[in-house]
Amino acid sequence: MAEQKLSAVQRVEGVGRAAVSFVESVGNGGILVAESFYWLLFGIRERQPVRLGAVIQQMMEIGVAAVPIILMLTGTIGIMLAIQGIHTLRIFGAESRVTIGIAFSVVREFAPLITGILVAGRSGSALAARIGTMKINQEIDALKVMGINPTRFLVVPALVAMMVMVPALTLLGMFMGLFCAGLYVNADLGISLAAYTNDTIDILALDDLGHGLGKSCIFAVLIAVIGVVNGAGVQGGAEGVGKATTRSVVQAISAIIITDMLFAFVATR
Amino acid sequence: MRNAASILEVRKSRQRPETGPKAVIEVEDLITHYGDRKILKGVSMQVLENEIMVIMGGSGSGKSTLLRHLMALEEKTSGTMRILDKDIDQITRQEFLEVRKKLGVAFQSGALFSSMTVGENIMLPLYEHTKLDAMTMEIMARMKLEVVELSGFENLMPSELSGGMIKRAAFARAIIMDPKVLFCDEPSAGLDPVVASALDDLILDMRDAMGMSIVVVTHELDSAFKIADRITILDRGEILMIGTVEEVLASKSDRVQALLNRTPEENTMDPEDYLRILVGEPNSGTAHL
Repeated sequence: MAEQKLSAVQRVEGVGRAAVSFVESVGNGGILVAESFYWLLFGIRERQPVRLGAVIQQMMEIGVAAVPIILMLTGTIGIMLAIQGIHTLRIFGAESRVTIGIAFSVVREFAPLITGILVAGRSGSALAARIGTMKINQEIDALKVMGINPTRFLVVPALVAMMVMVPALTLLGMFMGLFCAGLYVNADLGISLAAYTNDTIDILALDDLGHGLGKSCIFAVLIAVIGVVNGAGVQGGAEGVGKATTRSVVQAISAIIITDMLFAFVATR
Repeated sequence: MRNAASILEVRKSRQRPETGPKAVIEVEDLITHYGDRKILKGVSMQVLENEIMVIMGGSGSGKSTLLRHLMALEEKTSGTMRILDKDIDQITRQEFLEVRKKLGVAFQSGALFSSMTVGENIMLPLYEHTKLDAMTMEIMARMKLEVVELSGFENLMPSELSGGMIKRAAFARAIIMDPKVLFCDEPSAGLDPVVASALDDLILDMRDAMGMSIVVVTHELDSAFKIADRITILDRGEILMIGTVEEVLASKSDRVQALLNRTPEENTMDPEDYLRILVGEPNSGTAHL
């Protein structure tokens, strides 16, 4: 009986610790974002400007290197949506209206979501691993002692690059998803690509594009912040770096999906 | 271990003239905690201009924590600290940055940035804090590499260097801005005796040729006796003694002698503290950058 009580107490204590740790992580993330924007805006005044070269280097790693995989997967998603859409609408004899479903789904939902998840897996994990390794190798301390602010030097270029490249990749993913879906619609229903394109343009409004791109901006901030917070919290050498990397991917993908749902709820009601 | 007579003999041959007593670092009653654990228990010390101050002590004595405080990398619980005549609690962020530019650090692991070449590592402080053109920065980096006898290695990546070379490259980066104070964390740890001795010579050269004050944390007795002008001995977060090599060797303190003779001490650590260390809490590893 006493053991059971102790076990229950330990479980409650565990939940308490996890809650405190979560709140602490959210707080650290918030501080990191605020600090990053401070350095971005006032870095020149502090005589520590954010280096354009570092931002471009990060943009190449986060964005340009991810183009092939984004094109491949968003194209596949587009075809998948066309297949499922035609299959479903055929029940009502309305398969020619499949363009509506494809256009809204790709632009408002799938392009930002798939891009966010891919970038979280590729670049969020890389960011966590890089910062974690730098921490255990005392490179972060070295930056501090050299009078170089680590947030300005390491985080801001990655954050800015994410905020530029994730929406850019999302836009690319939108075009690729719509294009590949159009190819399938053309092959299955015989609707010409020109007619499909006209339909799509008629259906979509700027608001839909803004919805998708707005979400992708939020995803970019989440991926960067979660990667950095996990990397900065690394303890225990190489094993700690591995754990932080895995944790950052799981947390970033979870945060993206939950945010996506909340964003959709708020923006469509 | 070498005997006291032989150490004193070697040191007589490299006796330096007396320098002025001006302090570059002054620590007064420094107390620091990690969580509930008191790590430094009222440490007071000075590092004088153009001297090599060696900080020694056993594992867990607080020497690495003290070094991190001297480098202004840790938040203290209480006490005062002046670096280069500036009370670091009273200065603005810009003044603090100016102080930092006058400090150089060679970390135990070297802490070179693995994504940059050796040359880029060394030029980084210049790139960040000066408006020099690329050519001038490259010349300066080559000059510092020459000082540490690594000429021609500027285009290699840190992963292509040996342990001793990484430490030398770290020294080159630490002195690129001609700092007033140089901190060295375990410079000879993990190196063979020949390379370790060469690094000791390099530290002495830096003091003599560049007029730096150098703070070295080490537990290598031979190295400490070779380079130290003064030695601070820490034990369980307290200063056991501060003195010249001769004074340390002549000390009658049992704890100093135990350290010099490498006599294992009875474990007096609180079991609760030991458990906390084992489970890794609480310590300085936070999720802050």
